[in-house]
Amino acid sequence: MTTPIPQEGETQESSSVTLTRGPELIVGLIIMGLATLVITDSMRIGIGWGDEGPKAGYFPFYVGFILIGASSLIVLTTLLKWGSSKEVFATRAELVPVFQMLVPMVIYVVAMVYLGIYLPSALLIGFFMRRHGNFAWPMTMSVSLGVPLAFFLVFEKWFLVPLPKGPIENMLGM
Amino acid sequence: MEELNNLFAGFAVAMTLANVLYMLIGITLGVLIGVLPGLGGANGIAILLPLTFSMNPTSAIIMLSCIYWGALFGGAITSILFNIPGEPWSVATTFDGYPMAQQGKAAQALTGAFTSSFIGAFFAVALITFLAPVLAKFALNFGPAEYFAVQLLTFCSFVGMSKEPPTKVIVAMMLGFALAAVGMDTVTGQLRMTYGFPDLLKGFDFLIAVIGLFGIGEILLTMEEGLAFKGKSAKLNPKVVWETWKTLPQYWLTFLRSTAVGCWMGITPGGATPASFMSYGIAQRMSKDPESFGKGQIEGVLAPETAAHAAGTSALLPMLTLGIPGSPTAAVLLGGLMIWGLQPGPMLFVEHKDFVWGLIASMYLGNIVGLLVVLTTVPYWAAFLRIPFSVIAPVIVVICAIGAYTVHSSMFDVVMMMVFGVVGYFFKKLKYPMAPLVLALVLGDMAEASFRQSMLLSQGSLSIFWSNNLVGSIAGLAMIMLFWPLIGAVKNLLRSRES
Repeated sequence: MTTPIPQEGETQESSSVTLTRGPELIVGLIIMGLATLVITDSMRIGIGWGDEGPKAGYFPFYVGFILIGASSLIVLTTLLKWGSSKEVFATRAELVPVFQMLVPMVIYVVAMVYLGIYLPSALLIGFFMRRHGNFAWPMTMSVSLGVPLAFFLVFEKWFLVPLPKGPIENMLGM
Repeated sequence: MEELNNLFAGFAVAMTLANVLYMLIGITLGVLIGVLPGLGGANGIAILLPLTFSMNPTSAIIMLSCIYWGALFGGAITSILFNIPGEPWSVATTFDGYPMAQQGKAAQALTGAFTSSFIGAFFAVALITFLAPVLAKFALNFGPAEYFAVQLLTFCSFVGMSKEPPTKVIVAMMLGFALAAVGMDTVTGQLRMTYGFPDLLKGFDFLIAVIGLFGIGEILLTMEEGLAFKGKSAKLNPKVVWETWKTLPQYWLTFLRSTAVGCWMGITPGGATPASFMSYGIAQRMSKDPESFGKGQIEGVLAPETAAHAAGTSALLPMLTLGIPGSPTAAVLLGGLMIWGLQPGPMLFVEHKDFVWGLIASMYLGNIVGLLVVLTTVPYWAAFLRIPFSVIAPVIVVICAIGAYTVHSSMFDVVMMMVFGVVGYFFKKLKYPMAPLVLALVLGDMAEASFRQSMLLSQGSLSIFWSNNLVGSIAGLAMIMLFWPLIGAVKNLLRSRES
């Protein structure tokens, strides 16, 4: 949450705009990397013909092969058009709110691993309502506690589907 | 006429009090899902699927398919009133729907949208009623080579018909196949691409991918536009509905064209979204007054809505008869079938008649119930969008997390959901299509199994795919689809040389 909010009247200079070519290249390279993993592992378990017919790596090998071919094409065309490509991926004003959502979301998932689902959910909803919605405390508290409670009743009591719990729920003996 | 008898038996199954209740719950949940950004047909059903594990399969599919119909209806509400497509297939509805709302004709636009959705779906269900049994009977003779050829056709059609660049379609698809291969190989029992991580043993579940790609990814995309929604309000009264209905018959040709486009795009896996755009484009081109499109022409609402519903509904035809879903949502329903212990494919029509015909009958009923529900409750749904996004967004994230966790009661899945969410955001921004990825992930094991069986039969020779007329023509069609973009490119090249 340290990213500064863009000021009023800021012009869309090249510094405040992310061009498509960067992310395009990175995603293409990542996919090429994944394809290499697929191919090497298929070769490890065998891509040929065994006693029981095609070996386990037979099908994935070709999948990896096509994948590396198609992704190399993407990487290549991106590089060839590098100088002339001016397509905009996103402006800074668009990326800031994306990170304002992404960062709390990642923290939420990590917290879920240790604390179960209920407390992090209440904190996530409460954080957003206070930080972005300017809600008063009573409203924030009732929604952020009410929603997890409702999920508890629907899932654990009604449908008998257990949700992840942490030390706090253990303390309460649930 | 055997179909009609079966259909009536199906109505007897679907009309029980419990099933009608599930229908109502499904439609209501579906409209809610359709109205909320970040929750859509595919991931909404994926999230609710674990709750149906213990239900009777017929009731479960009736409820889940009604969620789908509800989501199709709900997408139109936000498009028209808020200029925010709640679903990708309602993007085309915003072009004329929102201008109509701005001119104070929101009620007419909504009535038109709901009615045309109903008409599109109704024709598609009728098509399923009469075509599905024939197709299923035909498919009973399929061997592994024919199955693989049909799957090949499905995937090649994506390359041929997507508006995304063909290389990106292929990358998305192959990524899906690669993810499907992770885990234990079903034939040899060998571990593939697990790299010693125990969490990877069971492979990647497509439900997690769907929740991440369509749910979390969509939330991130919505965030780009900031946290504020501004919308028009609407009241529907019977008089406006009646007045609008009286004007609709003059657009019969638009309905007919859009239904045809929708059914075609639904059966071949084009899906509802391209169908709605294509239908809008055709309606505009064929119109006497193309200039009026985009400025509040009701035909611009009718055409995409009819096609989207026809496509969404007819996507269930290949799912039921061949076990090959025509859309991500149909793929999730297919996943449901397998979880409830039903093997999708032609045998379903022989072994589980009650289930199949109960489902088909429920599609007729579900769409009638859906139309009535949305026509009477529009103002309440619009009120949901007046809840600030700062409340809705975190709640949807929580819902997605719960949905991802409950599939296998695994925290690793929740982490993977986040990864898929970020992937979904980048894919959407860089114009990688997501439907082929999801479908390849669902069908990966099946496609691989039928390919390996065909190879066993032919001792490793690819010639089995043109060994008889049937398999040869399916495989040939697949190749045409695959090289379609190339043919188009060559044509353009020749034309530019000539001029």
